Amino acid sequence: MIGPIISSGIVSPAWDPIFAVILGMGFGFALESSGFSSSRKIIGTFFGYDFVVVKVFFTAAIVASVGLLYLNYFGLVDFSQLYIQPTFLTSAIVGGVIMGIGFAMAGFCPGTSLCAAAVGRIDGLVFFGGMFIGVFIFSESFSFIENMFYSGSQGAKMINTAFGISPELFTLFLVLAAVGMFFGAAWVQKKVKKVEY
Amino acid sequence: MKKSKYDGSFYLNPYLGGAILGTVLLLSFYLSGRGLGASGAVKNTVAATVNIIAPQHVEQSAYYSQFAGGDKKPMSNWLIYEVLGVLAGAFISGIVFNRLKLKVEHSPKITSRRRLLFALAGGLVFGFGAQLARGCTSGAALSGMAVLSLGGYITMVAIFGTAFVVAWIFRKNWI
Repeated sequence: MIGPIISSGIVSPAWDPIFAVILGMGFGFALESSGFSSSRKIIGTFFGYDFVVVKVFFTAAIVASVGLLYLNYFGLVDFSQLYIQPTFLTSAIVGGVIMGIGFAMAGFCPGTSLCAAAVGRIDGLVFFGGMFIGVFIFSESFSFIENMFYSGSQGAKMINTAFGISPELFTLFLVLAAVGMFFGAAWVQKKVKKVEY
Repeated sequence: MKKSKYDGSFYLNPYLGGAILGTVLLLSFYLSGRGLGASGAVKNTVAATVNIIAPQHVEQSAYYSQFAGGDKKPMSNWLIYEVLGVLAGAFISGIVFNRLKLKVEHSPKITSRRRLLFALAGGLVFGFGAQLARGCTSGAALSGMAVLSLGGYITMVAIFGTAFVVAWIFRKNWI
């Protein structure tokens, strides 16, 4: 069966929300069971006492990237049907910097705050509530931000094209960089004083 | 302190957790043709709420009108269902590993009140940034990286790079 299943006509589109709930459950379970409901565990990456974020995040990225390349190689997925985020340089950078500030202040990102709230962490729930205010402020001030929002448009550009190499070669570099980071993280973690949390 | 499976301190091996997460993400592309996300659900909820209170305002807004108003159904969106699944999945994990507990988690050096203020402010800032970057750590960075999106990589580097510097500024909250 050639993926994406939902646009291949094999199953009715009514299945999409069911897929969404099941995939969401897997997502939430993976995050919580890896320790992402704890902001102090998450933030450990930035102080060197716990690199769970680096390990989980980059393992997931390489598993999904390599997996997609294989599915493509075996003709099991139609790449043109996948949603690829369009690239807008300015907003990707400025938005990322703003998110980094929020991340360092609160120790959560949106997905992990939901997991924290689900297991009863009030700080996770409050973070999630704060997001509504942030989104509301953004939406209400959109006319001032609009120019920046659409500037630096590159279309659905891929990073390997930007470097002028094949997707396979880029993914190989990604895997090597990730494995390098895993060893680096293990080395740093040994040197840094333990923080009890 | 001995780590036992039942005192809430047991976590999956991070590489196993990452492999599960990566497989779920891969399945998401294979089944639904899209990556995972989180902040988009907040965006749609805000747009839907504003649409109930002030539908004219939504019609006139160049932002809200992309998601709500007219015959658009912002609450019957893939991400809304997915986020409900996230809550359920995390809750199940909380039961399995005995982590369900109502509390404010913070460093012993700061008060709960300070932690909650920072959580609120951090959420606000993050929510704003996620709209600007068209997605958060999951929707823009992780899902973008999986399909080798240039923007996904840029956003990932910007989030983690900035957080490294800013975490040091706010270190009193953490260590």
